[in-house]
Amino acid sequence: MLDLLWLVPALPLAGALALLAGALRFGKRTTTAIGVGSAGLTLAAVAAILVQYAGMHGETVARHVFNWISAGDVTVDFALRLDPLSAVMLSFVTLVGFVIHVYSIGYMHTEGDRAYARFFAYLNLFMFAMLTLVLGANLVVMFIGWEGVGLCSYLLIGFYFDKEYCAAAGIKAFVVNRIGDFGFLLAIFWAFKVFGTVDFAGMATALAADPGRYAAAVTPIALLLFVGAIGKSAQLPLYVWLPDAMAGPTPVSALIHAATMVTAGVYMVVRCNFIYRLSPTAMLVVAAVGGVTAIFAATIGLAQNDIKKVLAYSTVSQLGYMFLAAGAGAFAGGIFHVFTHAFFKACLFLGAGSVIHACSGEQDMRRMGGLAKKIPVTYWTFMVATLALCGIPPFAGFFSKDEILGRVFAAGAGNLNGFGASYLVLWALGLAAAFLTAFYMFRAVYMTFHGEFRGTPEQWHHVHESPGTMTWPLKILAAGSALVGLLGVGTAITFGTDLNWFESFLHRVAPTVEVEHAPALATEWVLILLSVAVALAGILLARRFYSGAEAFAAPQRMAERAPAVYAAVANKYYVDEAYDRAVVRPLGKLARFSWKGIDTIAIDGTLNASAFFTEIAGDLLRFLQTGNVRNYALFVLCGALAAAAWLLL
Amino acid sequence: MPTDFLLSAIVLTPGVVGLLLLATPREAVRLQRWVSLLASVATLVFAAVAWSRIDPANASFQFVEARTWLPSLGIGYRLGMDGISLVLVLLTALLQPIVFISSWRSIHDKVKGYVVAMLLLETGVLGAFLATDMFLFYVFWELMLVPMYFIIGVWGGERRIYAAVKFVLFTLAGSLLMLVAIIYLSFVFHSQTGTWSFAYEDMLRASVPMGQGFWHSPQMLLFAAFALAFAIKVPIFPLHTWLPDAHTEAPTGGSIILAGVLLKLGTYGLLRFNRPLFPEAWQRATPLFLTLAVIGIVYGALVAWAQKDMKKLVAYSSVTHMGFIVLGLFAGTLTSTQGALLQMVNHGLSTGALFLLVGVVYDRRHTRMIEDFGGLAAVMPLYTGAFLIATLSSIGLPGLNGFVGEFLILTGAFPRHPAVVAVAATGVVLGAVYMLSLVRRVFWNPLAIEANRSLPDLTWREVLAFAPLAFFMVWIGVHPGTFLSLSEAAVRRLIGG
Repeated sequence: MLDLLWLVPALPLAGALALLAGALRFGKRTTTAIGVGSAGLTLAAVAAILVQYAGMHGETVARHVFNWISAGDVTVDFALRLDPLSAVMLSFVTLVGFVIHVYSIGYMHTEGDRAYARFFAYLNLFMFAMLTLVLGANLVVMFIGWEGVGLCSYLLIGFYFDKEYCAAAGIKAFVVNRIGDFGFLLAIFWAFKVFGTVDFAGMATALAADPGRYAAAVTPIALLLFVGAIGKSAQLPLYVWLPDAMAGPTPVSALIHAATMVTAGVYMVVRCNFIYRLSPTAMLVVAAVGGVTAIFAATIGLAQNDIKKVLAYSTVSQLGYMFLAAGAGAFAGGIFHVFTHAFFKACLFLGAGSVIHACSGEQDMRRMGGLAKKIPVTYWTFMVATLALCGIPPFAGFFSKDEILGRVFAAGAGNLNGFGASYLVLWALGLAAAFLTAFYMFRAVYMTFHGEFRGTPEQWHHVHESPGTMTWPLKILAAGSALVGLLGVGTAITFGTDLNWFESFLHRVAPTVEVEHAPALATEWVLILLSVAVALAGILLARRFYSGAEAFAAPQRMAERAPAVYAAVANKYYVDEAYDRAVVRPLGKLARFSWKGIDTIAIDGTLNASAFFTEIAGDLLRFLQTGNVRNYALFVLCGALAAAAWLLL
Repeated sequence: MPTDFLLSAIVLTPGVVGLLLLATPREAVRLQRWVSLLASVATLVFAAVAWSRIDPANASFQFVEARTWLPSLGIGYRLGMDGISLVLVLLTALLQPIVFISSWRSIHDKVKGYVVAMLLLETGVLGAFLATDMFLFYVFWELMLVPMYFIIGVWGGERRIYAAVKFVLFTLAGSLLMLVAIIYLSFVFHSQTGTWSFAYEDMLRASVPMGQGFWHSPQMLLFAAFALAFAIKVPIFPLHTWLPDAHTEAPTGGSIILAGVLLKLGTYGLLRFNRPLFPEAWQRATPLFLTLAVIGIVYGALVAWAQKDMKKLVAYSSVTHMGFIVLGLFAGTLTSTQGALLQMVNHGLSTGALFLLVGVVYDRRHTRMIEDFGGLAAVMPLYTGAFLIATLSSIGLPGLNGFVGEFLILTGAFPRHPAVVAVAATGVVLGAVYMLSLVRRVFWNPLAIEANRSLPDLTWREVLAFAPLAFFMVWIGVHPGTFLSLSEAAVRRLIGG
């Protein structure tokens, strides 16, 4: 079965090509059969492969598919790599991917046949690109997937292409991602220069054999790769595309902009952990960007009223946690959060989709309320996922978030790379973000599902639970949100007994960077209780602010008391506006100047002027050509006299 | 099939058929269209035969033809093909039938003149790629100028006369100096060997003195004379301003050939002549050309972004793309040069496709202004899909052709010129900016303009013209080795690596 590894990306690619070819003709039935069928087959193939792989003790399987590029001393093979890291990614990408394909049958059923086919074609194409990204055995094959998921993201954000804001959001996503890719590409060139290969195994071997030889190159390569990760995983300062990306259909937000694509940056950093771990600077930068983004995005999430925007900023914030983990050396911990997050955030987005579906397209939580009674399945699944996100035990997010905060604290206390104080500050930021997370999520729960309905009576009349194709995916993902955390129970929780299957599975490819003095068991328990207490405090505060008779009164008063602060947060700190003023408009001006100023005036102006003078000179000289011999004789005489004068004097 | 006359067949078929067509009556439009198409297809078949027969491991010229022409001066009718010329001949031969298909309906005035000019132009281009005699090369080089002048000046847009004259003046300014340089080069060979020759292979053996400075260095002067002619053709910044005018005013077919192959003659010339004939001068000029290449990449992208006319936008995108090719050539490694050669083909495919597709809506609406469109995806889904593919090829999406070329150029250049590559790589970002904003303004947004509501989608003929381009975009993107392996030995020989 492992020889059929290439089938994993090939199956969804085949589905996508078939759908694109028939997009103008296929009815919904055919589209569903091909689109969801290929996702299902992919899931089946991955399941078969992983069952076989389970017995192989985490060894690395590399499969050369074909020679892709070869010129001079640069050779790139299209090769795939299955190891514990890609196995973990495969498992949830295909599972969550399939579930979301099924959900889309119900969610997209009101679209026309062509749009429906186009949607599934892009979704299948996305699966192909994401699986290529995950399975790529070298940086360039990974880059195929990397750009491919970006393309699908662009196409799906702009799915409703006749809406201006969708078209704008699509191009914004692609361009901001390309800014990141600029860094990724330079990292690839640099790696080719120093290693002569960009194969993960080859680079790791070279580094292990002689780390000193590559010491100067490690930090720049790691930082440039991270620029790519910042773009793809929406971190400061390139996070701005992700909130806008919510313009796409909700299943897309769940699959691409929450569960899978946006975690690619984290995956890449962990995949290249053999580079990062040699560069304390790069590690600290990764952790710092992650930690600051985690709290920054969480504060914006406090004041959003669009249910999808809340989840989007939450995703940015949670991705920050994952980078914080990786930067603290907890590579497996970061991937564990990627894994659990995929379940609960996909569940939350699909739940939000179900809410929007129920409210006839309404996304503003200020016009919702009390929906729990009418859409109980959506409510309960949303609740489970929310608890998981808030880090309430025993739900999945508790274990992964606790692992991250514990590891960051340990890095601080153990003075990792001599940056102990920095890591302690980042831990505090992470803890504060956990409080904010619990607050904004329960704010969303109370505003959406509790209290009185605040929309029109007609909307209320139409509120209905979604069909089975939508609720079953919710149930499956909610179950995942509740349970998958048990795969990575931290050793402190079990009082020192090592039951952390997840970390030991990943140990071969992404071993955690251990600090010398690990915190005592008692300290770890204090940390665990602290993070749970902080989350509970956030929940209680949200309950006071947004439920009961006094709902909305307290936040209203606060907004009135400090209007500038509220406006800054609600307007996302005016970052988009600042980018527009500082980058987009000056570039536009430079572009117009280059055209009108340089091309038209400077270059063509000079040429036209010289042509003009040539013409004038020709016109003037024409008068000399009279055809009159006596005139010519006169010129000759004048010339002779002038020459004689010059010679004599 | 014997290969003794293969190259002559490739070069002369279009021109001879074109001259024969001159004898047909003006009204025989159907005949002229079909015969010109068949002649270009026959040329493509001959080129394919060359592809199947060539030995790519052999770096020297193959299917060589040598006939004396002006024996007293050592000028001969010499043709030869190596992997480099093969690749560019294939591109030319592929694009020409596409041009005839695409102008089947859109050119309905003076059809005879149009097809004859196109066929003569093709002979000029193919001859320039295959000539292994400097004088013959020059003849073909100038031969291209005349038909192109008429194609722009007769079948062009509103400002066609200005554009045609500008095109000719720019090109002549460069090529006359090149003629002087060619003659001087032959003098050098004569003074060193005592025999007259214009054969390329002989010129390779002439060693032009390097000397001091610029004005006292014959090699620098000759390098500059050749390079000026080629730099105008490429075009390299700041010699590019003829290009947007020529492209915009030319009819669709003219733009396809102009962007697809004529520009390649500039970069081909730099690689074929400047690099091996004047190696020291090449070294000394490298910083200048790398700088101009990078300026062209960034500047062309910015100016493209500011355009309001679709065709002008695509024209300026050529400045960017050709900048990448010049960068690859002057970075000088085997990898970057191979990338540059592949990128010549890629640019021909993607920009040819973009001009073809801009022509599609121009035929329907008689406007190319971006603001006259918007929301076309709703009425022309096939067209939108085709345009997206061409766009993605142009902006270098991995899996399509453009990525492979840019990747090899930049990877090959990075070890020697990291700063240059870093600036050039911003072109990757800017490319997405101007192309996707074009897509957004033309295909997305509400379908607000009434005249666009009833636009018919691609006809089968338009699909037929686009399909081969898309096919090769994917082929080169997935398996570039087919073409890279053809030229590796020849490139290695030229750059002495």
